[in-house]
Amino acid sequence: MLEIAGRTFRSRLFTGTGKFSSSQVMRDALDASGSEMVTVALRRVDLNDPGDDIMQVLDRQKFFFLPNTSGARNADEAMRLARLARASGGGNWLKLEVTPDPRTLLPDPIETLKATEELVKDNFIVLPYMNADPILALRLQDAGASAVMPLGAPIGTNRGLLTIHQVEIIISQARVPVVVDAGLGAPSHAALAMEIGADAVLVNTAIAVAGDPIGMAQAFAKATEAGRQAYEAGLGQQGDAASASSPEQGLGFLDS
Amino acid sequence: MNVIINGEKTEIAPETTVEDHLKHLDLNLDTVVVEADGLILKQEEYATLMLKDGMVLELIRFIGGG
Repeated sequence: MLEIAGRTFRSRLFTGTGKFSSSQVMRDALDASGSEMVTVALRRVDLNDPGDDIMQVLDRQKFFFLPNTSGARNADEAMRLARLARASGGGNWLKLEVTPDPRTLLPDPIETLKATEELVKDNFIVLPYMNADPILALRLQDAGASAVMPLGAPIGTNRGLLTIHQVEIIISQARVPVVVDAGLGAPSHAALAMEIGADAVLVNTAIAVAGDPIGMAQAFAKATEAGRQAYEAGLGQQGDAASASSPEQGLGFLDS
Repeated sequence: MNVIINGEKTEIAPETTVEDHLKHLDLNLDTVVVEADGLILKQEEYATLMLKDGMVLELIRFIGGG
């Protein structure tokens, strides 16, 4: 079973709650995903729609909340959001996100490391969203991150595990769980991440914007499980030369 | 008096507490966090803290996100 900061999870698929067409579709898709951990964001209350409250929609007994610091452009803003999340009853777990450039939404490694150091001191359980940089992953672990969350591709692009070789190095060096986050656009992408040994995947856009988000959530759940099972079963070696699957002996009769 | 709430200048009656105003806005006190002049309030402060002219309030809560 997956364990992060002493908490165990049966499902290795984490799901985001953004971009769903309605609360009902979100709730049904989250149920279908089998996810136990879901991400949420913090924003100003829309004073024109005071009843729009995700906390009334999601069952906190069923879903463990992982608040994110999306929108933060530097470490100070991320820390402000983190403290607001904790004060909002979101607990002390955090998906730390620092994205200064709205065009690429790529994470700022220096500000992310700085915020990780500060937030760990302030007793947060920090899961930093990061570019797939193996050295940064080591630095974040040293700073006390409880998991690392390298991106597969930029947020919301659905382009898949473009960073596979870097993620493989991160996994090989990891002392904390590796959660591949962002850019996974198809169940096969999630399966690939799990096959190479990722501990979990986080998916939002690919499920939320699918033609049938509930069906897609189920598909991601199966792919995540299949990929994990394949990893545990041990994939066969890749080779350059062909190697017959059928025995080469016993063919003498073809010459007779 | 005027209070800036979520970036909007808002006319508030004197002797209004944070809790009074949250209730007036029909907000659930358990799921909204309040920052007053940059400081996060504890929920028990909502009932006692009076809004003051020129105060900047941020009313924040969880929404869907990835």
